Amino acid sequence: MNDQTNAWITAAAVGLINCHNCGLLHKVAQAHACCHRCGTPLHLRKPDSLSRTWAYLLAAYVLYIPANVLPIMVTTSLGSTQSDTILSGVSYLLVTGSWLVALVIFIASVFVPVLKLVILTYLVISVQMRSTWHPRERTRLYRLAEVMGRWSMVDIYVVTLMVALVKIQGLADIDAGSGAVAFGAVVVLTMLAAMSFDPRLIWDNAEKNHE
Amino acid sequence: MTGFVSLMACHECDLLLRVDHSFEEGVVKCPRCAAVLLKHKRHSLDLTLAYTMAGLILFAISNVFPIIGFQFERQSTETILLSGVQELLDQNMRLLAGLVFITTILAPFTLLVTLLYVFLPLKFNRIAPYTAEVFRFTSALRPWSMMEVFMLGILVSVVKLVAIATIIPGVALWSFGILIFVLAATTSSLDPDLVWEKLELTHERSN
Repeated sequence: MNDQTNAWITAAAVGLINCHNCGLLHKVAQAHACCHRCGTPLHLRKPDSLSRTWAYLLAAYVLYIPANVLPIMVTTSLGSTQSDTILSGVSYLLVTGSWLVALVIFIASVFVPVLKLVILTYLVISVQMRSTWHPRERTRLYRLAEVMGRWSMVDIYVVTLMVALVKIQGLADIDAGSGAVAFGAVVVLTMLAAMSFDPRLIWDNAEKNHE
Repeated sequence: MTGFVSLMACHECDLLLRVDHSFEEGVVKCPRCAAVLLKHKRHSLDLTLAYTMAGLILFAISNVFPIIGFQFERQSTETILLSGVQELLDQNMRLLAGLVFITTILAPFTLLVTLLYVFLPLKFNRIAPYTAEVFRFTSALRPWSMMEVFMLGILVSVVKLVAIATIIPGVALWSFGILIFVLAATTSSLDPDLVWEKLELTHERSN
């Protein structure tokens, strides 16, 4: 296998473009054209991958603040109101003894989004610094960030269900807070960031260094 | 359809390789970055179709019947999938309502319908108009369908509410649970190459 490492050739190196959608190879001369099998516009790499990923990431960082500071759920019961942010919700669950649910919410709402932001930011910076360090592991990190982001939506769904269910006349009522909107936006923005990032950029740098 | 070797590039690291398509079941992974390049499964078309149709039926059941009922003293409420969205709209949370609606209703439904549109004609050796465009849309839609995350959300809500009131599991809760597995099975039985190979054949014939 080691002899093969140096013999690895990319499609781009021999002037071929891979269709994003169906994987058919085309000659680079046909750039700005569409795949002649499935009609998808052809690009050597995802267009403006790094700037787009940065834009989504920065927007996500900004919205991450209101997502954690503003309440995601407001409970009104017997005249008193209680506002819960993501973290106060987790600590409330811990105090009331449902530590398993507290753990699920903590992982989905705090750990996953932070880890995803950190991974994507690291990947973009590493590509910009022309890093050649462990491309295979960095590709794996990218895949991890891509699959785990969706699980952050759990808290949004919990709020939705609580809001729909807890409507006890004069006793208790639950409203969604604006923090939930910001948090939902963070999830969507990090998904868009992961979609705009092109993992092939990681390998492009690794190759340039070999030559 | 099987029995040919083609040149292809890995979609994650752009490695150029020669791939033998003539295997019946299994996956071909990129030797450099381990991305899945090809996935063949026996009876892929029949399985995909069966799971898609089962999925649509379960989806209908999941939307019509209540997911959970909530009982507190003499008062009780029931929630179907849409009532959460409705309640968010009433509270003027349009963005949030839209996000929940798209990820739990619109995206999974459109995903199933477009799969049926693409794969049912294939079964009869035909190809539907705009198959390439529709199938591209299906692939783009997949990350936005979050049924399994919603299922976790239901479970968390149940655990949270069980402490304060009586929770009655509804029909949709069960159909939902099965739907998650059916959707996962659809994804794992699906072989996009079936579509592309068929498209190529029709192209060649028309040229």
